[in-house]
Amino acid sequence: MAVTTAPAPPTARPKAKRASSNQRPMWWLLLPSLIPVIAFSVYPLLNGIWLGFTDARAGYQVPFAFNGVDNYQRLFHDVFFWDSFKIGLIWAFSVTVLQFLLSLGLALLLNAGLRFQWLIRPLALIPWAMPSVIVAILWKLIYLPDAGILNAFLRGIGLIDTNINWLGSFNLALPAVIVVGVWAGMPQTTIALLAGLQNTSMDLHEAAALDGAGAWQRFRTVTLPALKPVIIAITSLDFVWNFNSFGLVYVLTEGGPGRSTMLPMLFAYQSAFGSGEFGYAAALGNAMVVVIMAILGVYLWRQMREAN
Amino acid sequence: MRTRPLTRVGQYVALACYVVFLGFPLLWLFSTAFKSQQELITLHPTLFPRHWSLDSFRTALDNTEVWSSLKNSLVVAVATAIITTLIALPAAYALARGRSIVRTVSIGWILVSQVFPFVLIVIPVFIVLRNLGLLNTLVGLVLIYVVWALPFTLWMLQGYVTAIPRELEEAAATDGASRFATLRKIVFPLLMPGIVATSMFAFISAWNEFFFALVIITDPAKQTAPLLLARYVGSEGSVNLGPLAATALITTLPSLLIFGIIQRKLVAGLMSGSVKG
Repeated sequence: MAVTTAPAPPTARPKAKRASSNQRPMWWLLLPSLIPVIAFSVYPLLNGIWLGFTDARAGYQVPFAFNGVDNYQRLFHDVFFWDSFKIGLIWAFSVTVLQFLLSLGLALLLNAGLRFQWLIRPLALIPWAMPSVIVAILWKLIYLPDAGILNAFLRGIGLIDTNINWLGSFNLALPAVIVVGVWAGMPQTTIALLAGLQNTSMDLHEAAALDGAGAWQRFRTVTLPALKPVIIAITSLDFVWNFNSFGLVYVLTEGGPGRSTMLPMLFAYQSAFGSGEFGYAAALGNAMVVVIMAILGVYLWRQMREAN
Repeated sequence: MRTRPLTRVGQYVALACYVVFLGFPLLWLFSTAFKSQQELITLHPTLFPRHWSLDSFRTALDNTEVWSSLKNSLVVAVATAIITTLIALPAAYALARGRSIVRTVSIGWILVSQVFPFVLIVIPVFIVLRNLGLLNTLVGLVLIYVVWALPFTLWMLQGYVTAIPRELEEAAATDGASRFATLRKIVFPLLMPGIVATSMFAFISAWNEFFFALVIITDPAKQTAPLLLARYVGSEGSVNLGPLAATALITTLPSLLIFGIIQRKLVAGLMSGSVKG
């Protein structure tokens, strides 16, 4: 999750000629990492993709067989599948867009040389360090119908008369969990954008200001274009993370009420470990990959075309 | 580029809104944890406890399940941090100093592993662990966490290695130091802050993890803190909000503390001027 704090990628250096003589022993150094990664990451992934084309079920040593596109035909006729992907896309798009807008605002403020940075900087990072289960509990306490502070506050300012069951209402649960998703993912996005802002050249800004460009104009013509690569990278990552998200919503609503927050991952988890349909769940996973790739592909292709 | 006073005021107002949005949930958790039992069930909750009380913490810590889950989490997180760092260290060195194709492949893998949903990985992992008899064991969990933390750990560490100039090693070699001595006396000490930061990252990622634990651990005696908390939320009514908040607060503390330390390390610790330029 923490991709954005990675130390800056090292600049290319001219390769020393004799470095190649050192290459062979280097491979040995990779082995201790390579073996577990292949055994518990690469192999399971490939196996998982394959399971999506079988009728595998939970249970010890139950024989299973390749069944072609049966799983996908079933998916196609499964209302729950379409519902969960629709909910998943609504969730992933809204969280990603809101996260981006709010984080951009925060990053701009943090970059504006205001006071109280010591207060806001750690606050902006804390959600990142917290387990998703605890983030969910945090918000559950806020959303509680009777003991929750949100209803108490809204009653206090006279906006509502009766307590609202935020997470228990068919129409409100999804927006309510979207807010939590935005809160939880803001740190990475803010840091990435802030790092991007700090790399934009001040000279261009000053030149634009001298030419009489207003703040909004400078933002549009100088800041935004310079920030574009960072924006594309972080929104793509956010989208993938959000579409694949599980823990937050699982703890907040378990997909309820009435499946109104049943994200694809929750649905897949339920199919695999609730009803024991490993093959079908893996097929769901494959469908998720296809959807993500398709959306990312279109997004990146459009950005590239614009850049040319 | 002077900012107009009105704009400044607007900026501070916006900043205040962010402080409320980001900080408020934390404040509420804090306040809930320190409220007394009676106060928690009133219909008019207040922002701060009227009477600060440690009852919830007492109830939480009297619960042996809380202790055992914290202990399990600690064991798993420490083991993950140590093992991940140990196996990532040589690989990171090889990646940083080696041919660029290896780097490209590993970065490619890091990105690919982000795109694939966990459900595709977790089912085969579940089957493998079951066949190895490692379901419901902390060993199985550590195994998964190591692999799961590895890509990013590797990426972080190789960044730290790259920051150590090759010239330092070459100079040592010219002075007649063996390869091993160079690594031990020059590279390793310079890498220490990076190693600390990286292992702490692995610790946090294991401490916070939920999904794999949910799938692999069903035995209550083996559950980690996030599992316990998630179960708490599912089953308990509002009477237990206090202990729930208290346990959540206790569970968050290690991550927050460590995160605070890494933040500084990441910014300042990289290379405090052994070679300039």
